[in-house]
Amino acid sequence: MKATLIALLTVFFCAVAGTVYADAPPKLPEKFIAEDFPGDKGEKIRIMWAKSSDDGAGENDVKTYYLFRSTAKDGNYEIVEEFTPLTEDVKVYEDKNLPGNINYYYQLKIVDAQNNISFSEKIGPVAANPEWFNVNRNMILIGMLLYIAIVLVCILLAKRGKDFFVRKIAGLDAVDEAIGRATEMGKPILYVTGLGGLGDIATLASINILGRLAKKIAEYETPLIVPAYDYFVMMVQKEVVKEAYMEAGRPDSYKDDSVFFLSDSQFAYAAAVDGIMVREKPAANFYLGTFFAESLILAETGASTGAIQIAGTDALAQIPFFITACDYTLIGEELYAASAYLSREPLVMGTLKSQDWGKLILMILIIIGIALVSFGIPFDEFFRVIE
Amino acid sequence: MKRTGPLVVCFIFAIIMMVQAFVPHPFSEDFLQLSNNHLMVMSTFALAIGISTFVHLHLTKIRKNGEGWYFSIVALVGMVVTATVGIFGKTEAGTLYDKIFFYIQNPMQSAMFSLLAFFMASAAYRAFRARSFEATLLLLAAIIVMLGRVPIGDLMTGGATSKITEFLFSVPNMAAKRAIMLGVSLGVIATSLKIIFGIERSWLGGTD
Repeated sequence: MKATLIALLTVFFCAVAGTVYADAPPKLPEKFIAEDFPGDKGEKIRIMWAKSSDDGAGENDVKTYYLFRSTAKDGNYEIVEEFTPLTEDVKVYEDKNLPGNINYYYQLKIVDAQNNISFSEKIGPVAANPEWFNVNRNMILIGMLLYIAIVLVCILLAKRGKDFFVRKIAGLDAVDEAIGRATEMGKPILYVTGLGGLGDIATLASINILGRLAKKIAEYETPLIVPAYDYFVMMVQKEVVKEAYMEAGRPDSYKDDSVFFLSDSQFAYAAAVDGIMVREKPAANFYLGTFFAESLILAETGASTGAIQIAGTDALAQIPFFITACDYTLIGEELYAASAYLSREPLVMGTLKSQDWGKLILMILIIIGIALVSFGIPFDEFFRVIE
Repeated sequence: MKRTGPLVVCFIFAIIMMVQAFVPHPFSEDFLQLSNNHLMVMSTFALAIGISTFVHLHLTKIRKNGEGWYFSIVALVGMVVTATVGIFGKTEAGTLYDKIFFYIQNPMQSAMFSLLAFFMASAAYRAFRARSFEATLLLLAAIIVMLGRVPIGDLMTGGATSKITEFLFSVPNMAAKRAIMLGVSLGVIATSLKIIFGIERSWLGGTD
């Protein structure tokens, strides 16, 4: 009887143990795909797989996914990456920095908590081919082409004589006042284009403004000081100022020393410009272009000398400093509008108007976007740019 | 012709570089690298012109005994000594050139940068004078943000200031920033097109 009981108990415990430990290997993903990453320079392959039905469900014991890669289907596979159980339904992995035009094969190995292993089929061949068009930037291309079309239409309208309404910009209306004040006081005008190089559009916009301003300054024969941070920019500034003096019919008033190179070290430049302000005491200071931490150092020193100050930059972090320390500040886009505003040339005014149309379109898109996203339609995904 | 040539070059290269931004092919990247290398070569020549104007300016100032002429001597001596040590000596760590950079130039730049703290205080004083409704609003926002950034603020208000600060930064401040950024982006494209199509030519200088 005792022997029978022991035998029954042994059979029972073996059965229980068998239920617990007789574990199947983890199930393979239903989908395992490798493809050339679209729109790249030929260095990425995208691998996707749906998570195993034993990951988060079923036996729920998947421990690790291992992704392997080889250049031959039956060759040596090396590990690319390992992954813990997935939180997403489909894992998307980008195998980066691959040499282009080489065929690769991929295999997935799944290990569960009991170290049971499953191998997926080998997929491939797939190569990272260089592309001639970055499809991930197509929304940027469409937006850019649309805006270019608006600019061209506005230019065409301006050519046909359409008179565009342009709102008043106080900072630019004060330019004449600043030049007049400097002329009356017999003091120079200081013009600073900031720390940008010729590659910065803000610097180019500032140089355009300098041209318009220098013409007016030349008419009044007021001294002009243009200290440069970049020697490339200095060369262009020299030409622009010289031409403005010639256009104003005052080539004899132009002084080659009025535009000069100071330093390409940020704080050395700031110190030198501060020195000029303190020594020469300009009656009007213009800070238009690209600025960084030196913006407040310049603007506060200028304010302490009692000069009328007009600033403008597209550097978001510096705008509050200029607003605080200067009399007038051109905020962001106003810097780009300044040249057109000052010249009032019809063609240039056309481009200025196109900025307003561009903003109107953006506002409409934002309102539509808010409405659609509020109703759960992923409008923002439409504009997502993948790098 | 003096203007037409550069305008044509500018137009062609601007279109090429615009297309380049949408072409990820290595050929396109190599072209970009080549263009950047050419820019570096050209900037070397421009450096020579920059130095010549720098020397000319300071020599003129010394000759004319202009105000602060002795600073010009310091500037010229500084440039000559640093250049000589850099050209004829070594530039690795521990060399004289390295010491000039770390013990003279760096502290001077730091001193200049540190002035910013004092300028900020004086600028803040001016900005926060509650002379109008907007200025009062600014002052209140500033007080909340300042308190929200220091532990004592949260201690006094039970964590309210840091929450309001976070809201101010991520909602009204971010909205204004993005509005400016959108305007700037359109301005940048419009200015670029003005230059590419030759509508804005004042950057070229010179005469036809």
